[in-house]
Amino acid sequence: MVSWLKDQWPWYVAGPVIGSFVPALLLVGNKVFGISGNLSHLCAAINPGKLEYFRYDWRRVGLWNLVFLLGVLSGGFLAGHIGAQHFIAISAATKESLAKMGIHDFSGVAPHEIFTWQALFTARGLILIVVGGFLVGFGTAYAAGCTSGHAISGLANFQLPSLIAVIGFFAGGLTATYFIMPFVVGHL
Amino acid sequence: MTGQTLELFQGCGEEQPDARSVRPVFLALYFLLGLAFGFVLSRSEVLSWFRIQEMFRFQSFRMYGIIGSAVVTAALSLALLKGFNVKALSGDQISVPAKTMENGIRYLLGGSIFGVGWALTGACPGPLVALIGNGVTVMIAAVLSALIGTWVYAWLRRWLPH
Repeated sequence: MVSWLKDQWPWYVAGPVIGSFVPALLLVGNKVFGISGNLSHLCAAINPGKLEYFRYDWRRVGLWNLVFLLGVLSGGFLAGHIGAQHFIAISAATKESLAKMGIHDFSGVAPHEIFTWQALFTARGLILIVVGGFLVGFGTAYAAGCTSGHAISGLANFQLPSLIAVIGFFAGGLTATYFIMPFVVGHL
Repeated sequence: MTGQTLELFQGCGEEQPDARSVRPVFLALYFLLGLAFGFVLSRSEVLSWFRIQEMFRFQSFRMYGIIGSAVVTAALSLALLKGFNVKALSGDQISVPAKTMENGIRYLLGGSIFGVGWALTGACPGPLVALIGNGVTVMIAAVLSALIGTWVYAWLRRWLPH
């Protein structure tokens, strides 16, 4: 099989291809590339309650994006089945840092010591998966965007709110990496 | 669903509440684009918790190269689309509505909260879903939790600074 279908892509291929989803979606139907709006659309579809925030026609506004997201799920499935990601070739320094926290299995895309159903009900599984997921949903709604909407679409459109959001992404990410995770992953 | 809603609804990355319904043939196109995106997230390895840790620890240029070149590509193509007044396949005039600034605090606070979640799960929303496809099915729990997070935001938003 063609190797680019199976193997990891270098950054200078991956980046431009990811960036090209912005013009692609605009060219197809004037749609702004951004994934996290789907969380709102799903809430609006499943359980809007009496909340004003969810009082919009999710089919008209977000059906295209939910279909896009279904594609993302399928694309992940396809990628996982036609090529193997046995080991992500992270730097030796990262391996060393993670080993200090007690991560020793470097196979797969996410550490098996944490991201499995068995580990979900341990303290660190709960914090990384459930609390982490909650913060992703809360934070992206509060910030009105995630990596795709702010860091890529927003920065490409030279929007100040997006630059502020991206600074926030890193402020939060660095805090979690250096202050929260060593305790949660290393000691719980 | 016009002016007032536009102001109320600042859904994540979705600022076109007055958009028209999408024709089925276009839904098929969005599905294919999504399929490609899920594949790209996998082959670029940006969905990997290991890669996100490497990025936040500044131990490799890779993620910065990817995000940086993605932004440059998107910015250049956006400038071209705007400069040449290109129309979308659907017939719409291409335009990217700006996010409202308000006092900006929502972007800093919301962004920081998301950032913590990004580091913990090692994934942003797109990758979370692509990971499920890749077989890391426990991320279903993370996505469900993210839905609850979005719901709780909607519930609390009137008391939060924006």
